[in-house]
Amino acid sequence: MRNMLKNRVSYAECTARERIALVLDADSFVEWLPPSARVTSPHLAQLGVPTSFDDGVAIGRAHLDGHAVFVAAQEGAFMGGGVGEVHGAKLVGLLQRALRDRPQAVLLLAESGGVRLHEANAGLIAVSEVMRAVLDVRAAGIPVVTLIGGANGCFGGMGIVARCTDHIVMSDTGRLAMSGPEVIEASHGVEEFDARDRALVWRTTGGKHRYLTGDCDALVEDDVQAFRAAAIEAVGRPAASRPLTLQGLEQEHAALAARLQAAGTDPEALSLWARLGILEPARIPEIGAAAVRLLRPSVSAALAA
Amino acid sequence: MNWQTLVTALFAQSHRIERSGDLLAGEAEFEGDRVAVVGTTDHAPIGVALALAQARVVLDTMAQHPGRAILLLIDTQGQQLRRQDEMLGINRAMAHLGCCIDLARRRGHRVVGLVYDQALSGGFITSGLMADACHALSEAEIRVMRIPAMARITKLPEEMLTELSRSNPVFAPGVANYVAMGGVRSLWEGDLRACLAAALAAPATGDQRAREGAERGGRRHAQAVIDQVLAA
Repeated sequence: MRNMLKNRVSYAECTARERIALVLDADSFVEWLPPSARVTSPHLAQLGVPTSFDDGVAIGRAHLDGHAVFVAAQEGAFMGGGVGEVHGAKLVGLLQRALRDRPQAVLLLAESGGVRLHEANAGLIAVSEVMRAVLDVRAAGIPVVTLIGGANGCFGGMGIVARCTDHIVMSDTGRLAMSGPEVIEASHGVEEFDARDRALVWRTTGGKHRYLTGDCDALVEDDVQAFRAAAIEAVGRPAASRPLTLQGLEQEHAALAARLQAAGTDPEALSLWARLGILEPARIPEIGAAAVRLLRPSVSAALAA
Repeated sequence: MNWQTLVTALFAQSHRIERSGDLLAGEAEFEGDRVAVVGTTDHAPIGVALALAQARVVLDTMAQHPGRAILLLIDTQGQQLRRQDEMLGINRAMAHLGCCIDLARRRGHRVVGLVYDQALSGGFITSGLMADACHALSEAEIRVMRIPAMARITKLPEEMLTELSRSNPVFAPGVANYVAMGGVRSLWEGDLRACLAAALAAPATGDQRAREGAERGGRRHAQAVIDQVLAA
């Protein structure tokens, strides 16, 4: 196993800055408000909680396959990537700067549990500011691409932000959702959602499920080079930028309504996959990203029907 | 305030706003113009179906009544905490609602949010917080979590959080703190019709919340950090 993977660097195991270094062109990253600037959370300091010199997010400009892009990477190891006032403002500043300087694209390497609960009221407003700033950038014709593959997943407000972007790349180990399974279990009991059942958690919120049901646009293995290739493809597509349109939102609405209808009252992803025409749904958790990618056309047809 | 009392105060009998489950939807006459109204009641948890139902009203308003103002009525306990909603992409459905509101603004619809009872977390972020401006009744409640729950989760002493919340709105729930932080434009008291008229007449200025949070002293760092990034 070790040998097979010797050339692969796990995206999940990288820090935010390692991801930037490996996904973007080598040595092309220029950071704004780097750790040396020590722009930290005053609220955490007031609470006596350790701060981080970048408040858990690195932002700046870089190149991706030669294209000038802006990039933000959230650090899951610091407070689970939670969005506080400063962290959120760095994201908003990056997006506002993209409106001004017009890079080819903005990449969001998301890893976050959502709003940082230590400064939750400010974090909630900050996340909505990020949503609106993302949509401003999209409206200006600049694509925003989200990569999700960190161990903390992409939850809460950041799960919403991700779905406000043009394009989402996920690994099969990545998770994209709203409330974490622990929160749901605490609220409605272990019968509702057993947070310790890893297979259940992944087939409900993991990359394969998100890909099959159209919640993400590309599915890759947990490999920084695979993320890089998918990001290059996303940015280089002819229609990389997709500003919101009434027609586009009507299509989105129809897709979501069709899936809701298809699921009925059953919370089980295996059942939904079967209803969407996948012949052996129980095999999905075992097969690789490439094999899952081959299954999506039939699912898309089932949802469109 | 319950929703019937509210819409009577705002529109007297000149409205056709109906409740269907937890959804409120319809239209009203206001000072010679029609206003589209959409929202929720009974502290509704916002799941996939309720997010889509609200989005439907916004989409129909854009298609059938270009330019008509939209009033969002907010009373929610937050996002639905169910496995099925997660499986069905609740974050996507909520983002879709937020995107519908965002597009309505861009197409020239004035969008006014009003927290008339309570607004929590995920139920709020893709409705009122996506409006041109969000307002709140002074007796309404806005929060992510109460201080005791915050103390439990952050493992910090409740007494310390309570003490700090007196001087720093970031730590404390409540509509006045959301006004101080810039998340809520104003509190509505007294003549609610006059409040709505003023909100509808206010120019659409883009997202001013970080600036307002700084000016009001409740969120003093966001705008400064944004400015630093722009200058870096």
